[in-house]
Amino acid sequence: MQIGNREIRVPAVSPLTPEAVLAARRRLLTMHFEAGVGHIGGNLSSIDAMLVAFHEKLREQDVFLLSKGHSAGALYIALWSSGRLPEAELLTFHKDGTLLAGHPPASGVAQIPFATGSLGHGLSLAAGTALGMRFNGSDGRVLCLTSDGEWQEGSTWEAFIFACHQRLENLTVLVDHNGLQGFGSTDDVASMAPLWEKLQGFDADVHAIDGHDLAALRGAMDARSDRPQVFVMRTVKGKGVSFLENRMESHYLPLNEAQFALAMAEQNRA
Amino acid sequence: MRTQFCDALVARSTREKLLFLTGDLGFMALEPLQRAMRARFINAGVAEQNMVSVAAGLAGQGFEAWAYSIAPFCYARPFEQIRNDVCFHKLPVKLVGNGGGYGYGVMGPTHHAIEDYGVLLCLPNLSVFVPAFDEDVPAIVQRAGDAPHATYLRLGRGEKPPGHVIPDYAPWRQLTEGAGSVVVAVGPLAGTCIASFESMPSERRPNLWVLSELPVAENPPPPTLLTQLAQAPGLVVVEEHVRRGGVGPELLAWLTERRYPLRAYAHAHAQAHHYARYGSQTYLRAQSGLDPTSIVAMAQAQPASGT
Repeated sequence: MQIGNREIRVPAVSPLTPEAVLAARRRLLTMHFEAGVGHIGGNLSSIDAMLVAFHEKLREQDVFLLSKGHSAGALYIALWSSGRLPEAELLTFHKDGTLLAGHPPASGVAQIPFATGSLGHGLSLAAGTALGMRFNGSDGRVLCLTSDGEWQEGSTWEAFIFACHQRLENLTVLVDHNGLQGFGSTDDVASMAPLWEKLQGFDADVHAIDGHDLAALRGAMDARSDRPQVFVMRTVKGKGVSFLENRMESHYLPLNEAQFALAMAEQNRA
Repeated sequence: MRTQFCDALVARSTREKLLFLTGDLGFMALEPLQRAMRARFINAGVAEQNMVSVAAGLAGQGFEAWAYSIAPFCYARPFEQIRNDVCFHKLPVKLVGNGGGYGYGVMGPTHHAIEDYGVLLCLPNLSVFVPAFDEDVPAIVQRAGDAPHATYLRLGRGEKPPGHVIPDYAPWRQLTEGAGSVVVAVGPLAGTCIASFESMPSERRPNLWVLSELPVAENPPPPTLLTQLAQAPGLVVVEEHVRRGGVGPELLAWLTERRYPLRAYAHAHAQAHHYARYGSQTYLRAQSGLDPTSIVAMAQAQPASGT
């Protein structure tokens, strides 16, 4: 695969060990701290799913679409952790001339098919990609990770209606249901609680799982159906960093030096 | 032009990589295409944002994806999807907006598209086609379909005068000749001017040109037009589009940057998104001064060369 102008050899499957998860979380925190970048909470709530996907589940013909583009850091780390992105690129995160912008870039990283960041686009792109695979006779699958707040976007519902109507059996949707959005909790801002019950009225298989349970994530990504599948992942915003967990500040604010030291110490104890 | 569009796509539909999406429009018009394409004809429902992003996803998988709706529903509602999902990725999605300009007439301003190509031409990797006559549509469908990037096709109503012979399709074509002003009309409005211009004496008759591909920067005026302009009383640009983002300002900038001298310049364009009262496309054009009488008056107001 191509990263910028470099060719990267990608291992087919690299089993995700607890040590690899810990290393990825540490690298994520370090990358964000060194770049002075926030959005850590939503990265920590979704990184486990991305690690499972890129380490173990995504084949050459599959496509992963990060609809919640503000978790780009976790995506870059999952690519790095699974051998798809070199360390040298991570060091450029958020800097002038980087491939790794604050939201997934439009070009330059082969595993990132679309620039996302404006919420409500990813599920439609995923549906179009899945439909294209069907027309091509491919056995490729599409994995789309959305946020929970993103289901307030009308276009996400347009996409879900379409995907269900087309019975896109090669589409799996993961919802990072951490319960917090930009300026409040999802329950306070525009409650759809429980989200999975709202989704169950459609022609899709809908499940709720623990989004930090690796076995549950593996099972979700292995599951097959004759229609779209949705896994609402109950997650914790800021997971693994005590002072970030379930805190709205973690949506935006970067870590200061003391917070970074504390966060890393907590990872070491994990 | 919908019939010609449908026929042209039916002919093209033998390409297995061609897919057609409609935002639930095309009743009593696109059925032949639906029959020809079967599963590859997809009614995406009343959900234009999704339709455009799905088209982007399909294009990413190697398909030539056409997305069709009434013009404003095709570019205004899903603008961000066109920008982010299609244009940023240089994907060959083919947007088709039916009823460009005031085409939907008395149906009201929600259905008009008088800022469509101006808005879209702000985006990268997108070009615009505005057929003037029904006969243009097959060639334009081929050119748009073959383009490696996104396109927007503004369909309207062909208004060729009865019995008039139209030159074969080209981005720029001359329709009348004389010693008067150079009149550049965008799309179907050109057809409405032909009869009036031909009734004028040759020393005052405008050189009428029709432009069908945008932006001007990628479709510069042909040398003959530039030669005529050097001798002409002036330039008149006529378009069923608002001034901002229109061909008028763009053509003027193109000429000025290259130091082409202009004796006079006038611009007939859509004046308002809605007026106090509603009416047909012909009525609304007249409200904006886009009727043949107003256009002739505008051209004649430019003083003859040497005076």
